[in-house]
Amino acid sequence: MEKWYLMTAAVLLGLIVRWTVSLNSYSGAGKPPMFGDYEAQRHWQEITFNLPIKQWYFNSSDNNLQYWGLDYPPLTAYHSFLCAYVAKFINPDWIALHTSRGYESQAHKLFMRATVLIADLLIYIPAVVLYCCCLKEISTKKKIASVLCILLYPGLILIDYGHFHLGFALWGVLGVSYDWDLLGSLAFCLAINYKQMELYHSLPFFCFLLGKCFKKGLKGKGLVLLIKLACTVVASFVLCWLPFFTEREQTLQVLRRLFPVDRGLFEDKVANIWCSFSVFLKIRDILPHHIQIMISFCFTFLSLLPACIKLTLHPSPKGFRFTLVSCALSFFLFSFQVHEKSILLVSLPVCLVLSEIPFMSTWFLLVSTFSMLPLLLKDELLMPSVVTVMAFFIACATSFSIFEKTSEEELQLKCFSTSVRKYFTCFTFLPRIIQHLFLTSVITMILLTIMTVTLDPPQKLPDLFSVLVCFVSCLHFLFFLVYFNIIIMWDSKNGRSQKKIN
Amino acid sequence: MAALGIAIGGSNWFSALALGVTLLKCLLIPTYHSTDFEVHRNWLAITHSLPISQWYYEATSEWTLDYPPFFAWFEYALSHVAKYFDQEMLNVRNLNYSSSRTLLFQRFSVIFTDTLFVYAVHECCKCIDGKKAGKELTEKPKFILSVLLLWNFGLLIVDHIHFQYNGFLSGLMLLSIARFFQKRHMEGAFLFAVLLHFKHIYLYVAPAYGVYLLRSYCFTANKPDGSIRWNSFSFVRLISLGLIVFLVSALSLGPFLALNQLPQVFSRLFPFKRGLCHAYWAPNFWALYSALDKVLSVIGLELKLLDPNKIPKASMTSGLVQQFQHTVLPSVTPLATFICTLIAMLPSVFCLWFKPQGPRGFLRCLILCALSSFMFGWHVHEKAILLAVLPMSLLSVGKAVDASIFLILTTTGHYSLFPLLFTAPELPIKIVLMLLFTTYSISSLKTLFRKEKPLFNWMETFYLLGLGPLEVFCEFVFPFTSWNLKYPFIPLLLTSVYCAVGITYAWLKLYVSVLTDPPVGKTKKQ
Repeated sequence: MEKWYLMTAAVLLGLIVRWTVSLNSYSGAGKPPMFGDYEAQRHWQEITFNLPIKQWYFNSSDNNLQYWGLDYPPLTAYHSFLCAYVAKFINPDWIALHTSRGYESQAHKLFMRATVLIADLLIYIPAVVLYCCCLKEISTKKKIASVLCILLYPGLILIDYGHFHLGFALWGVLGVSYDWDLLGSLAFCLAINYKQMELYHSLPFFCFLLGKCFKKGLKGKGLVLLIKLACTVVASFVLCWLPFFTEREQTLQVLRRLFPVDRGLFEDKVANIWCSFSVFLKIRDILPHHIQIMISFCFTFLSLLPACIKLTLHPSPKGFRFTLVSCALSFFLFSFQVHEKSILLVSLPVCLVLSEIPFMSTWFLLVSTFSMLPLLLKDELLMPSVVTVMAFFIACATSFSIFEKTSEEELQLKCFSTSVRKYFTCFTFLPRIIQHLFLTSVITMILLTIMTVTLDPPQKLPDLFSVLVCFVSCLHFLFFLVYFNIIIMWDSKNGRSQKKIN
Repeated sequence: MAALGIAIGGSNWFSALALGVTLLKCLLIPTYHSTDFEVHRNWLAITHSLPISQWYYEATSEWTLDYPPFFAWFEYALSHVAKYFDQEMLNVRNLNYSSSRTLLFQRFSVIFTDTLFVYAVHECCKCIDGKKAGKELTEKPKFILSVLLLWNFGLLIVDHIHFQYNGFLSGLMLLSIARFFQKRHMEGAFLFAVLLHFKHIYLYVAPAYGVYLLRSYCFTANKPDGSIRWNSFSFVRLISLGLIVFLVSALSLGPFLALNQLPQVFSRLFPFKRGLCHAYWAPNFWALYSALDKVLSVIGLELKLLDPNKIPKASMTSGLVQQFQHTVLPSVTPLATFICTLIAMLPSVFCLWFKPQGPRGFLRCLILCALSSFMFGWHVHEKAILLAVLPMSLLSVGKAVDASIFLILTTTGHYSLFPLLFTAPELPIKIVLMLLFTTYSISSLKTLFRKEKPLFNWMETFYLLGLGPLEVFCEFVFPFTSWNLKYPFIPLLLTSVYCAVGITYAWLKLYVSVLTDPPVGKTKKQ
């Protein structure tokens, strides 16, 4: 590749933005007694380093689960353990049992930030670069542009959480879409074992691989592949969970920690259906707990069913990517106990389709960052957020010239509108509507951001602005869910009609 | 934002580049800032709260006002915005005051004044016609030039991390150069006169301006062989130039002349009491000289040729701005450095007079003047290398030889700025930014000149690659060795000596290429 130097420049830019943003404040800085996610990560290092593995997930006098108890799968715990070793080498005070609670210093912040950057550098960034290099049917210039835009996506930069699970999920997507199925499923299993939220992506993986096996014929090669895949998955899970399989109670306790069903339908202000709906009707208080779980399960299941069936019947890498988006989005909108950061799980697959539908993806990624506004304000990240969002927008706008790509074809809506036109011949205004919607949406988001920052909410409604932000974002996400499902459902017709023309 | 997006969408890559770097500057706001931050805050306070008559006498803070009057007026103007941010920063007695609003205001003032720099780069890109190359946008000389200038590593770290206002000052210089290229000489001269009264370090390149204007503007025609036609001298042009310079100077220095304060102003502007080398050794001739002296004195002590009691105590490397004496070699006086600088500049100025080659020749002479003064000047800051690096970027997209010189000069010059940022959080920033700029500049210029012979010979490649191990040694190995306490100055010494070699080499190479260049008559025949 002749333009490797531009690729290097894109990666270095991504790195520099990450590091400069990380110089800003972090979650829960100087806010005792609970602090924030930063303290959670530090506390996990303390726990995993000082306690035997059997006590990691259990409440004890040394491990108060109410204070940021470990509630991620084993791989995250091992990772913390590894970091703790490095931390002990530098300064043992950082991870001393009990006494290190709420430890804050410049050096420690630097250390924590460095662990995140190094993990990004080792797992996430190579995956992004490799994924974009392997993209077919686009020029080198576009490949570099997509690397730049994906690396500049503000959501991931601002919520610096060490996105190992996303990195591994990306490796999974990479493996599966280019027919290295075993590698892909291994990477995805690791992703799930880093963070249980990766289950949002599991159904498309399952359906896609299953569809592949069907395609090869269930009696010959397909069966072999299926068995191989099953073995890989089981083996990787067993390996990760080995220390916890010794006793039944251990395994159960880890699972209870991972899926805290006794928590509410949603926490804080999330831009999903339940939170937005509770503006009108307080479902959380009216309905009994188990019915809430049932309802959310049914809705999630129904909303992702069509896309998944479609993918199983017609497995294709493109369909797989879009199904990833729509499934993750359904989970985010309808499932139980969703966190506002979970939108990042939707954003990642959207980044992957950035080069196919630049206009809509950019729009979605902007909205997804906006939906985390209350969180970002709480962490005092207003300035870096505004700057990175603008940088991302400029990068997308110049490298993909998104405003010229709003025709039906480029929105991948050609087939859909042709089939609608069979019933309503005057259905030609879709691109124009979408452009207007985009403008309105951007203006709304800007106005809401300015209002949240400058105005004091009325005393009766202290959460007015954050609820508004969630509500607006939720409307957007519903719209996107419909849009992505339309693309998925009308996709193969598109393929067939193209073949016919050929 | 959408309107903005539509404006920048499509083909307008220049605004995207400029906006991009502006956003990066905003991200650098919370980074480390040096004492220069306090210097400029103090100046804001002085100009805001004291009458003009005391500007150059006020000495509550050790950072007294030592820039020419226009810069003081500039601070005065800024202070009227500053009062809306934080009134407290405008108090002269509020030493080392730094609230978050003060920080925001000061950083934004640099970012905002950089718009002049962006405009200047835009003008330069219009008038520089580099080598014709591929159709791809990223291979066009204009694109490469604007990246090299807008995203310049040195400017980014000196202005937006270390804290200074070089951006708009360099902008003024680039703009005046661009005006010369556009044949708007009067405007160029005016801009340069203004610039001189903003920061007097630009006096170093004044010979190039003076000779060029006299030779190529006041003389309106040449003989066919390129030599001077004496009867074409235009008095009107000379007088109008003189008038411009006089008026600008009168505006700037007039009030102080009226107050009878000119000697005081000049004593502040030219503090010869400071040492030969700045706190960090600038990588110039004197760094090599002092290093040689140090080596000789160590050898002398080992061999018992020197008497340890006679060696002056003030060590060159103690890191303070102070006078000192060399041990073995003769000590250097300000006058000696002045004469050396003058001698080093002379050939280039002669060349400009006898072999005029239009604005391009002027540009070369300007760079040589800047480099010569950097090499031999008194109390040179390592930041002064930007004075040569920025105009050199304009040359780099034109010819392969210049590109090669530019790359050696910028890479070593930028590396020599590393000691400015010594705090841990900025370490990744400086390394990654440097990598970004260096890989981009080298690769893009290589692509531009891919059809000609390679830009570097093996020696130059080897030298540039040596910077990597040097950085690893200075920042990652040395601090963990036992020498760190005994000889803490070794990294600084190594850095400046190593870079001094590269910069001297680039200076000589540029000189050779200027002196051996065929005069304008011959190039036309070719």
